[in-house]
Amino acid sequence: MVFSNPEIWALTLSMAIPLALPAVGGTFSERTGVVNIAMEGIMLIGAFFGVAFSYWTGNAWVGLLAAIVCGALTALALAWGAIHVSADQTVLGMGINIFAAGLTTFLLNTLFGYSGTPVNTPKLPTLSIPGLDHIPYIGIVFQNQSVLVYIGIVLIFLSHWFLFSTRLGLRMRSVGENPLAADTLGIPVWRLRYLGVVLSGIFSAIGGAYLSIGILNGFTSNMTSGRGYIALAAMIFGKWTPLGSFGAALIFGFSTALGIVLQGHGVSSNLLQMIPYALTILALTGLIGRSTPPAADGIPYEPRR
Amino acid sequence: MEPVLEVVDLKKWFPGVKANDGVNLTVRAGEVHAILGENGAGKSTLMKVIYGLLEPTAGEIRLFGQPVHFRSPRDAILAGIGMVHQHFMLIPALTVAENVVLGDEPGGVRFDRRQAVQRVRELSERYRLAIDPNAKVGDLTVGLQQRVEILKAFYRKARVLILDEPTALLTPQETRELFNIIRTLKAEGTPVIFISHKLDEVLEISDRVTVMRAGKTVETIDTKGATPQTLANLMVGREVVLRVEKPPAKAGSPALEVRGLRVRSADRHERVKGVDLTVRRGEILGIAGIDGNGQFELADAIAGLLRAEEGQIVLDGRDITHLSPAERTQLGIAYVPQDRQLDGLILAFDLADNVILRDFRRPPFSRRGILNRRAAEAYAKRLIEAFDVRPPDFRRKASELSGGNQQKVILAREVSRDPLVLIAAQPTRGLDVGAIEGVHRQLVRLRNEGKAVLLISLELDEILSLSDRIAVMHDGEIVGVLDGAEATREQLGLMMTGQRAKEGTV
Repeated sequence: MVFSNPEIWALTLSMAIPLALPAVGGTFSERTGVVNIAMEGIMLIGAFFGVAFSYWTGNAWVGLLAAIVCGALTALALAWGAIHVSADQTVLGMGINIFAAGLTTFLLNTLFGYSGTPVNTPKLPTLSIPGLDHIPYIGIVFQNQSVLVYIGIVLIFLSHWFLFSTRLGLRMRSVGENPLAADTLGIPVWRLRYLGVVLSGIFSAIGGAYLSIGILNGFTSNMTSGRGYIALAAMIFGKWTPLGSFGAALIFGFSTALGIVLQGHGVSSNLLQMIPYALTILALTGLIGRSTPPAADGIPYEPRR
Repeated sequence: MEPVLEVVDLKKWFPGVKANDGVNLTVRAGEVHAILGENGAGKSTLMKVIYGLLEPTAGEIRLFGQPVHFRSPRDAILAGIGMVHQHFMLIPALTVAENVVLGDEPGGVRFDRRQAVQRVRELSERYRLAIDPNAKVGDLTVGLQQRVEILKAFYRKARVLILDEPTALLTPQETRELFNIIRTLKAEGTPVIFISHKLDEVLEISDRVTVMRAGKTVETIDTKGATPQTLANLMVGREVVLRVEKPPAKAGSPALEVRGLRVRSADRHERVKGVDLTVRRGEILGIAGIDGNGQFELADAIAGLLRAEEGQIVLDGRDITHLSPAERTQLGIAYVPQDRQLDGLILAFDLADNVILRDFRRPPFSRRGILNRRAAEAYAKRLIEAFDVRPPDFRRKASELSGGNQQKVILAREVSRDPLVLIAAQPTRGLDVGAIEGVHRQLVRLRNEGKAVLLISLELDEILSLSDRIAVMHDGEIVGVLDGAEATREQLGLMMTGQRAKEGTV
């Protein structure tokens, strides 16, 4: 039986992380009122520059840092367009996705040629939790997972605490609900929105780097293959909370893992890949617990003169 | 007594508009000071300037004798000004406590929720504003939300409280509770500025009244000794005629009949709970009621914008309950909706396009699906002239017109189609006196021509001066129908709170 095999749960966790991180990122952005559908593009940016800098410097950690910086910069462009210029946020996000897909493929071909990124690119270490690996079942789930899995889980819990238990988190949420009210109370609406969007860039880029230098050690064109969009679904399914997003990402990760495990068993993996989207539509229509976005999500705020 | 807040010769000009043009105001410690004026008299602009939302063009504001210059509401709040806006500045998704402390939360990095709740509890006990600090604001009634706003002000140590049209959305009970709160504050020595255009409320709660007209403060008088008539005259600037000239009604056969109508609003609440109503040819039937008692859902249902859950709507003997709005239009229903910008006009369209919204499917405005722009323009030109729309240019977008002129365009469109029944919901909301008289004349003209007019208004004076018969609505039901000539404000006021008419319903 596949479910009793701990491998599938290890795979689930491994597949959930690159969905959960951008989903938490998107949560930050949308909680402050900026619709972010650019996670896919930012993940690609993170994945590519992670590999590129890892190869150039010979240090995967520098690669991760470069991924974060590049992701943050891309998000900054999105933030400027959405906040300063009040451009349509969906169109902006789509633009970034298309731009990132083109840019990373172009850079891949010009910098590394058609043979792809070098095979000797260093990747981030894997880790087994010392105490855990003696426990029979759980031990295998956490065996040889990328270090980013552990960092990711800590970041997700930290994010939830930050958003719902700190003063800054409360203020960020208020800005996404009623920016005018927040503004009259002296809360800097634009600055908090920038913070939210840039955080989404950082989280998405880590998610991208996880794919290219966490699991693998190379970049291929369009390697995120829609994970940024599934992350969007996880964010919505998780009701715009970090822990909810993580839970949703685990469900979606499980369906991906199932698809991998059941390959050759006569089950269509395409069918399994539909599950995240079907669940998201059900969540949005209120069939599995209604999911309501922040009230001012997607609405630009013009400060008065 | 020493003045708490002084406004000296304040001016706030916008391009083309002098919203405030010489405002003088002195608020003393421990008084309830009303600012009375019509819509557009400049009350809201004045409040925005005092609260730092707008910068004054000229003039001075002094707080406790010190000149102040606020660049943002934050400055005003820090200086001790508390403001409860007409449209609340609350966050429905957060709790009462979170809303109150937002921007000035207890705790370090961590938000100290327990202390926030504790502080709100203390404040609510001190000012006798009973409320659950852990309730979600979105779940509260309007009256309770207003308390949250007041608590917000006092959490920030407000020394003056400004209430901007605070009773506009309240039920009579909530208004009474608010007045008790105001009296408590006054007893504690906190001055309250009460902005309103309702004479009776100003007379009841205030110690002094400053009347504003056309951007200027006209006079400040003691409330003791003032009468509704003196205040109304000051407000409008001339002797106010409360009744409109009209010949006696010659009511004919029923034009519109509503039987056992039940309607749910867009939010799925039942708002109309079994209404029976007849409007005859040649009469104006007024519907009086406090906002939110189903009168606007009734209007929407007759116009076909809301579905009838139960009951019948009959126009001139024909059942129209299940017809579309367009079909009803063809059969002779005209509608001036409550929200003229949302439902009455397409703001991004020019006037020529707006005046044919009802009839664009038919010649001469279109043939075989192709619009005839020239016909629309010629028609628009005629209406603009007949109804004195300014500026007289059919190429103007509807959004570029003032509220009064927007309303003229809607009226022109609806009335010129020679309807059998006109439903007018709040037709003079936000209009100045001249425009109001124009609208009233049109309604009376239609009635004299033998049409049926259903007038829905929140302004009792408007209902009283225009209606031949008055139906009072409360909680989705008609509690009684009175003769327009005999009805009194007191009688209507009682019925609007749900008390049935005692005698002779018409």
